[in-house]
Amino acid sequence: MELLMALVIGVLFAVAVYLMLSRTLLRIIIGTVILSHGVHLLLMTMSRLKRGAAPIMEEGNLAYTDPLPQALILTSIVISFGVTAFMLVLAYRAYQSLGTDQMDELKGEKEHE
Amino acid sequence: MSWLHFAVFTPFLFTLFVPLLNKSFRRVHTGWFVLIIPLLLFVYFLGYFPLDPAMAPVIHSIPWIPSLDIHFTLHLDGLALLLLLIITGIGALVVLYSIYYMSMEREALHNFYIYLLLFMGAMLGIVLSDNLLVLYVFWEMTSVSSFLLIAYWYQRGRSRYGAQKSMLITISGGFAMLLGFLMLYTASGTLSVRELIAMSSQLSEHGLFLPAMLLVLLGAFTKSAQFPFHIWLPDAMEAPTPISAYLHSATMVKAGVYLVARLTPVFGGNIEWFWIITTVGAITLFWGSFMAIRQTDLKALLAYSTISQLGLIMCLLGIGSNALNADYSEQALLFSGAALAAIFHLFNHSIFKGCLFMVIGILDHETGTRDIRKLGGLMGIMPVSFTLTVIGGLSMAGLPPFSGFLSKEMFFTGVLTAARNMNDWLVVLPIVAWVASILTFVYCLILVFRTFTGKYQPDRLDKTPHEAPIGMLIPPGVLALLVIVFFFIPNVVGASLLRPAMHAILPQLVADGGTFDVHISAWHGFTMELAMTAGIIALGSLLYIYLKKWSGIYDNLPRRFTLNNLYDSGLNSIERASLRFTNTYMTGFLAHYLSYIFIIMICLTGGTLLGQGVFALNMENNSEIAPYEYVLGISMVIAAVFVVFSTSRLMSIIAVGAVGYIVSLMFVLFRAPDLALTQLVVETITTALFLLCFYYLPKMRRELTRLRFKLSSLVISLGVGISLTLIGLSVQDHNLFEPIKSYFENSYQLAGAKNIVNAILVDFRAFDTMLEIVVLFTAGIGVYNLIKLRQARRNEK
Repeated sequence: MELLMALVIGVLFAVAVYLMLSRTLLRIIIGTVILSHGVHLLLMTMSRLKRGAAPIMEEGNLAYTDPLPQALILTSIVISFGVTAFMLVLAYRAYQSLGTDQMDELKGEKEHE
Repeated sequence: MSWLHFAVFTPFLFTLFVPLLNKSFRRVHTGWFVLIIPLLLFVYFLGYFPLDPAMAPVIHSIPWIPSLDIHFTLHLDGLALLLLLIITGIGALVVLYSIYYMSMEREALHNFYIYLLLFMGAMLGIVLSDNLLVLYVFWEMTSVSSFLLIAYWYQRGRSRYGAQKSMLITISGGFAMLLGFLMLYTASGTLSVRELIAMSSQLSEHGLFLPAMLLVLLGAFTKSAQFPFHIWLPDAMEAPTPISAYLHSATMVKAGVYLVARLTPVFGGNIEWFWIITTVGAITLFWGSFMAIRQTDLKALLAYSTISQLGLIMCLLGIGSNALNADYSEQALLFSGAALAAIFHLFNHSIFKGCLFMVIGILDHETGTRDIRKLGGLMGIMPVSFTLTVIGGLSMAGLPPFSGFLSKEMFFTGVLTAARNMNDWLVVLPIVAWVASILTFVYCLILVFRTFTGKYQPDRLDKTPHEAPIGMLIPPGVLALLVIVFFFIPNVVGASLLRPAMHAILPQLVADGGTFDVHISAWHGFTMELAMTAGIIALGSLLYIYLKKWSGIYDNLPRRFTLNNLYDSGLNSIERASLRFTNTYMTGFLAHYLSYIFIIMICLTGGTLLGQGVFALNMENNSEIAPYEYVLGISMVIAAVFVVFSTSRLMSIIAVGAVGYIVSLMFVLFRAPDLALTQLVVETITTALFLLCFYYLPKMRRELTRLRFKLSSLVISLGVGISLTLIGLSVQDHNLFEPIKSYFENSYQLAGAKNIVNAILVDFRAFDTMLEIVVLFTAGIGVYNLIKLRQARRNEK
């Protein structure tokens, strides 16, 4: 399972980086969303997969999966959600004020030449 | 806090009162108040005057930063006293002169005198400091105050250019010197000059000794305008003339000479020290005197003559340092004569050069020009100035009965000593010295006779010339008088001032209680030196008479390769190169900056993984994969790759949503119910947000970029993907220690919670959660403001 996950994570990262290097603001934001998925899965994978039951105490269970990475990922999901929401509104506002979503047009005037 | 400390601080303290005095006594020239300071200090330092030859140094110390071994230690010995008297004595005369030179109505006098006092205090500090870092602090203060004084008429472009040039050159040298000092500290463990002298013999075996020597010399050479760093001095002539007289002839340029003399007991025994200083000094001596003849501006002529004379002093100090060299110790006393000549000439030069600058200032003031070609025939109109110029000029040329003659003769003795007792190659040295002296004689004649004799051209002058006011003539008069007096009684100076200074420069020679026999006389009998002087007078006069015939050689000098051009084009090309460099990588494209980050990331992670052999593939402990898990993984990959190729925004959102939901399903597989739940909700909201925003955003176009850019993006993204995959795989083999999960399994006993993840979030690690709430809250406020702000602006319109 870890091998499969490592490959999937690699694809997610490659896709995210490719999108972030593009010129459209939207693609960049989508890239960051996919990047955070990749990070979350990587955190999960690094703590070993599928060992024991879900970390909720029940009678008769002796082994649980590691709960700490889960707590970390939960925190991370919420934070990346907040940032994504902010970035989306920022992109929306930038388009409203500047009339473009192309990164190289957002560059502004050349000042020092 | 001793009186000596107070003396150093007095000029700084007095700067506070200068603007006050300038404001409240509008009808009195501020200079009169300032004059008190150098006069008082001069009298105070004269109090140390009647010294026995082996003057015991006066030492006062107050701690400044004791934990770093930096003490404000002042150390007054013969060498320091000589310079202190020059600084305060000529300082007083310059202030007196400036009272008549600087107009009360037109000039910002408070600025002038504040800068001047800052400089004076800093110079006293350099001379008296025993601690190298304190010395450095004062050293840079002279650079800064000199910068301010050169650009005193800051409205002029030339002034600003000269100030910047001198600043860049002297400060670069200063930094090199600081580095040298720190090396000395590393090598010896002390910053005190006295302690360095005491351990000089062990020091010379240390590996940092030679680099430290070179760096310290760089500082001394830049400050004292030695070749090839002399180029700032002629441009510093844009300063008001009292400043040129004080800083750029008598005091600041002597700081480098002082440093060399002061550190001679530390470095002097080494042959490198001799060769560097003597060679540089001789080149400077020759080049300065050669270039001086070409100048048409009187101040530029004096600037090059200062350069030349400083080279002479340096050269002599180099020869003098040989007295400490073990190989030549039999001739030690002979070599020490060169050091004596150096400080005697230092003393003489300060006096006659100060006098000459002041007279040039008078000429400038009374005729409105300093151009030699416009001046002439002023002898009858300005007889006093003429007399003073003759005295100063002939003393510089080295003629009797002026004190310059004595030090010139001693200079020849020095170079002849070096030539006779050392390497055969050094025969060159007296020849260079002799030729340079002939050239010196020629420019002195130009200075005196081109300006005061010849044809009087009143129509080319801006003002009707007349003799200067008496107050302006007193300071150069006093100096000219000293030039003559010291010729007749050189031994008074020799015994009282020079002998203690010699003890400071070459203390090792008199360690066993002996004293130097300082005896200067005008008449040595018929010697080689006298013949050389006669040759100078004869050849120099000839050259002067036929000046027009041979001055053509100056036009044949390559113009493009002058040091000034080198400096200017160097500065320009540094500016242009750095601009070009910055423009190359600071493109303003986000994609470029992200590429830099990702490339560095790939290099670091990939390099570490493969280079350090950290990569490992261990599949033993992997959990098994169910077939439907394959399906999940593959569909996630398909969805993600689809986003890249999609040109429709709706399809992209759906694909991104699909990735998010599959992640949520993965969390179900990995036994993380809370994560699955949160991911599901968050993904839904994010997708809704995307839809909301996309409604307002333009249609997604095809990526219109060049293929090359797409390829490089592809390579970078594949690199990131591969390195992250490798990390994900390698972790499996590196189980450094057991996870701490067993502790959290006590959550029911410790926190009363059966859901362990939730217990961690709100109990074990609740701080994370609190700040995560703050993040969400901040994002909410940000979103609200972004939208609200626009509305507010719209309402305004």
